[in-house]
Amino acid sequence: MSMNKIQSIRKDWNLIESLIRDNSRVLDIGCGEGDLIQQLEKNISAKVHGIEKNQELALKAIARGLSVTHGDAEKDLSQYSNQSFDYVILSQTLQAMVEPKKILSELLRVGSKAIVSFPNFGHWKIRLQLLLKGKMPITEGLPYSWYDTPNIHFFTLKDFQNLCNEMNIVIENSIGLTSKGKQFPIDSSLLSANIITSEAIFLLSYKDFEPIKIKLSNKIFAKNSAIVN
Amino acid sequence: MSNIELIDDNNLKCRFAIFKNANLKLASGEVLKNFKLAFNTFGTLNENKSNAILICHALTGDQYVTGNNPITGKDGWWARMVGPDKPIDTNKFFVICSNVLGGCAGSTGPKEKNDSGQDIYGADFPSVTIQDMVNAQSKLLDALKIDQLCSVVGGSMGAMQALQWSIDFPDKIKSVIHIAGALKHSAQNIAFHEVGRQAIMNDLNWHKGNYASNNSIPERGLAVARMIAHITYLSEDAMHRKFGRRLQSRDIISFGFDADFQIESYLRHQGRSFVERFDANSYLYLTRAMDYFDHSESFKKTLEFINNSNEHLKYLVISFTSDWLFPTRENKEIVEILNSLSKNVSFLEIETDKGHDSFLLDEPDLDFAIKGFLESNYRNEYE
Repeated sequence: MSMNKIQSIRKDWNLIESLIRDNSRVLDIGCGEGDLIQQLEKNISAKVHGIEKNQELALKAIARGLSVTHGDAEKDLSQYSNQSFDYVILSQTLQAMVEPKKILSELLRVGSKAIVSFPNFGHWKIRLQLLLKGKMPITEGLPYSWYDTPNIHFFTLKDFQNLCNEMNIVIENSIGLTSKGKQFPIDSSLLSANIITSEAIFLLSYKDFEPIKIKLSNKIFAKNSAIVN
Repeated sequence: MSNIELIDDNNLKCRFAIFKNANLKLASGEVLKNFKLAFNTFGTLNENKSNAILICHALTGDQYVTGNNPITGKDGWWARMVGPDKPIDTNKFFVICSNVLGGCAGSTGPKEKNDSGQDIYGADFPSVTIQDMVNAQSKLLDALKIDQLCSVVGGSMGAMQALQWSIDFPDKIKSVIHIAGALKHSAQNIAFHEVGRQAIMNDLNWHKGNYASNNSIPERGLAVARMIAHITYLSEDAMHRKFGRRLQSRDIISFGFDADFQIESYLRHQGRSFVERFDANSYLYLTRAMDYFDHSESFKKTLEFINNSNEHLKYLVISFTSDWLFPTRENKEIVEILNSLSKNVSFLEIETDKGHDSFLLDEPDLDFAIKGFLESNYRNEYE
């Protein structure tokens, strides 16, 4: 991993930390060696738990005294009770999940809020590579060849916003990071956000109320509610 | 009046806690008026008594967890895990290990004399459960004047005891390390135990359990029981790797029933050496105690409604991929319940081909997990 990549992850983590209230219960999916949850435990007294698929990484986290379940979140999330965490974090992993949509709804079943970060496939560098070279793009955020990448679902900022809309998920906050690590608020009306965002971090929750669904105007209601919130 | 006496036995290289008029009530309803536990300690108890770890042994283990075992003349059963500078470091922790109630390394069991002081219990010994073993251990802790254990650690039947500790005495422990166990003993496991017990009870030397007064030992039955059990502790891959179809001390098959194959010779050796150190009746009682272990219905309810003094408890559950006696699936049932109740639990599945016995063997990841879990939790608490 290059220094840049590590710095960008740290930046990502600090942003995630800024979205979480002190003393919260936090679940980190794909927690690795537990660096992020340890940081949250130390800095904001979070009560943390992690899930990690890789044995070596889970082992390292456990040996640090962190509470970590070694397993596959796509299978194991079901064991956690409804709303048993204040926040569930899915950092840089959604694109590697077999069923991203199912995971999203699971995040918000288990946690009252979800924090999801992902690399934006709509970034201009990626668009340009595909346009000019005609090959699958390889960038710092997405550094793998198409045949050996853990990332199996590529999507853009806009795709993600649309999915949230479709699932009646409220975007409480969204932050973009440019490839140089510059931070800015993603405004849904800003056309260029999808072009300049290299990595995106979303704070999500479900609506407190069930939207009224009228058969024909379903789509209009969904759109409006996103703006209202 | 009950009274407790602690004595050192220099011949057996262990200590004894002797409980007189203790009236230990067993799960079966029977009462042991007097009982004793053979135990050993390693390391030094610190001033605020915060560094004590109880290690619970498996079916055929004993109090000789590390150091020299005077019965076998070999190293203790977990010498690679416990000792100075070992993963469970006795320079840092005070380790206690006691022979279970019903065992045969000095604690009260079928091999010992009954209350009359004349006869050996034999098959008259009352049935004991994992709960009874843990209850007796808690009395030992009281005798040692230790209010709270930093951790209870055990594999297999030891894991059952560790889990039982978290259910019965959550306020007396800070953490649990549960290795290769389960919420319940499965039908398949009971089946294997039953075959082992039948082998013992069908040995003519068993004499309905009263072989001591008949001056005989059901050696053949016990050896067969051990051979069966030993198969369940390995895995097909490990057995193939270690023995394959290799022949023992010969170049061609004998067309007879000698131990042609290395695996046969190995199992026969395991059976023979086991009878030198283990009591057949104890084997019956302890396998039965494991069979009766079942928290599949009660565990969640107990944690949720009955015993709420376990908020502080930290659990570490470890399983091995090739363990088919206490498979990952069954260990994970415990983790799933703990996670569903938002308890502090860690779970690790270690990839290995060594089967159930992995917890006794060279598994660096097991060492690292246990050492890290114990020491970092201790540091977080006290430093």
